[in-house]
Amino acid sequence: MNMKYKRMMKLKKSAALALSALFVASSLLTGCGSTQSAKGNSGESGGDTIKVGVLHSMSGTMAISEVSVKDAELMAIDEINAKGGVLGKKIEPVVEDGASDPAVFAEKAKKLLQQDKVATVFGCWTSASRKAVLPVFESLKGLLWYPVQYEGMEASPNICYTGAAPNQQIVPAVEWLLKNKGKKIFLIGSDYVFPRTANKIIKAELQAEGGELVGEEYTPMGHTDYSTIINKIKEAKPDVVFNTLNGDSNVAFFKQLKDSGISSKDLTTCSVSVAEEEVRGIGADNMAGHLVSWNYYQTTNTPENVEFVKNYKAKYGADRVTDDPIEAGYNAVYLWAAAVEKAGSTDVEKVREAMKGLTFKAPEGTVKIEGENQHLWKPVRIGEVQPDGSIKEIWSTSEAIRPDPFLKTYSWAEGLSN
Amino acid sequence: MDTYVLQIFNGLSVSSIFMLAALGLAITFGLMKVINMAHGEFIMIGAYATYLIQNLFSKYLPADWFDFYFIFAVPAAFLLAGIMGYILEYMVIRHLYGRALDSILATWGVSLVLQQLARSVFGAPNVDVRAPNILSGGLLFAGMNFPYKRLFIIALVIACFVGVYVLLYKSSYGRKIRAVMQNRAMAASLGINTRRIDAYTFAFGSGLAGIAGAALSLLGSIGPTLGTNYIVDTFMVVVLGGVGTLLGTIAGGFIIGMGNTTFEFLTDASLGRVIVFTLVILFLQWRPRGLFSMKSRALDED
Repeated sequence: MNMKYKRMMKLKKSAALALSALFVASSLLTGCGSTQSAKGNSGESGGDTIKVGVLHSMSGTMAISEVSVKDAELMAIDEINAKGGVLGKKIEPVVEDGASDPAVFAEKAKKLLQQDKVATVFGCWTSASRKAVLPVFESLKGLLWYPVQYEGMEASPNICYTGAAPNQQIVPAVEWLLKNKGKKIFLIGSDYVFPRTANKIIKAELQAEGGELVGEEYTPMGHTDYSTIINKIKEAKPDVVFNTLNGDSNVAFFKQLKDSGISSKDLTTCSVSVAEEEVRGIGADNMAGHLVSWNYYQTTNTPENVEFVKNYKAKYGADRVTDDPIEAGYNAVYLWAAAVEKAGSTDVEKVREAMKGLTFKAPEGTVKIEGENQHLWKPVRIGEVQPDGSIKEIWSTSEAIRPDPFLKTYSWAEGLSN
Repeated sequence: MDTYVLQIFNGLSVSSIFMLAALGLAITFGLMKVINMAHGEFIMIGAYATYLIQNLFSKYLPADWFDFYFIFAVPAAFLLAGIMGYILEYMVIRHLYGRALDSILATWGVSLVLQQLARSVFGAPNVDVRAPNILSGGLLFAGMNFPYKRLFIIALVIACFVGVYVLLYKSSYGRKIRAVMQNRAMAASLGINTRRIDAYTFAFGSGLAGIAGAALSLLGSIGPTLGTNYIVDTFMVVVLGGVGTLLGTIAGGFIIGMGNTTFEFLTDASLGRVIVFTLVILFLQWRPRGLFSMKSRALDED
């Protein structure tokens, strides 16, 4: 009895040891990225630094995309600091991990605004995470810079959207495809808010412009087998597959499409969530010849971009690539800094007033903040993936397009925004 | 007609992937009763091992050797995942035999640690494995295209099942494994080193997960969260098939793979999964022990 008891205790002890070792290890590992900065005064103008929040997923399924956006934002902050900072003060980033979980995003946003009292926050990627932090920013009167293209139908006074609105990416891409590639469109997307809303817009546009919808498929996030959907595509014989898949699923889709004997010569696909960073993961030879639609590519030919790409590679490694959301995150920091300089204060109300009509010579070309809805004027570019993984621009608008998140200027889009 | 034939082939292919991913679990969960939430991470380790071997070949060996890297990648994935499994068994699992709830929690923690480890070592973005040239393209038959990669995976699955069958049912080592799993006290009293059997069996199951990872690298992407996509499906395969039988794993993988693709074809991917899940739950209400249940005279069976 006694011996048995002792043995049990020993077992329990060692199990507890193993468990606690595990937790220590895991908290060490996941905790690394969470709070990199603790020193410094409050973000308000009183101290000698200005605190800003950087809120992206450093872990979980979205880390693949968001880590590089965080890197670009930190690079912009470093660059501005090297030139003397804003209002004569250094910018001090407080980096938080949203962990690919909207609830964590909301919690960390609250922490940044209330505890760290940051002047502004750069962050989020998925629409789900943006929708989760939106009420936090509105109720606490914060200001979020959101760097990713999205489905539109939103214009919060507490968010500045530096990625594309639908009329700067999806709508012109569909228009171009209908004109140049054919009328029969097959829609495929991940099953969440962005693809569903984007496809609602596309379907209205197809109806108005004489396109034909031959199929519409959604797969859960993280779906990895596309053989059945590829079979459905074969049967529907579309001219174009319009792809709003997000994350890892793109890899599986393009690899399996190629294996089933369909190349970009047999079928045009156009993706809106696949940029240079994702092409690396998919494998350039699996995607060569397929189309994408964005506002910026690493190959975009402006002096600002040559400089930007050079600096990014120098800082993070020659094998890294820049892409649209990375550039949009970088722009956001510069736009905020310019607005603060113009306002002479980090006060959110004053900054919002100052940023109306503000321009910035971005790597993608000159962008301007539209005062009415806090989105950017941006040029639209359709590109073709090259065998080396870069993206070659094959069509672009000659100048920046006015952002229209609610598609008010399109008669066919009536009734979509509610 | 072509569409339906291809659809049946797709079903077979998806089934084979489920079987391969679940085979390791059929041993660690089915035989050893360890609810290993980190099973998916061993799949991930196998996939990264493939990536490493590919890099070794493309960097240090002549270009025309590249086609053969996969022959080395499969055993390397098995070994690396097996070694990691052995370490996990030694450090955590052996303290938790017979304590299902604790082992769920601990192995789930391990899975997070392993994911973060992969992220630190290989970086957060997904990496790409280039399939050997001999596996690219497909077999053209009657106007239909059967991708070589999927045919290869089906062959690999058959080979793995034959291997596991021979090991478990035709070798003296397999007899010892089955003896320990069925009646530990009796096996120990007959002089079997149960401690060693436990460790090797767990490592072997983990190694099989590594082979699944090598195969999956042909079809999809390799990232730190690769395994999380498979963990639910693999448990479902083992539970549906019946815990502790190889035949059950084959049947479970076949039914879930075929069910997924068929319902996906008839409805859509999200709804297809819902239907399969619902049917499996209903089936388990009717036969809680799965398709094939193992009969045993051990007293601790519930």
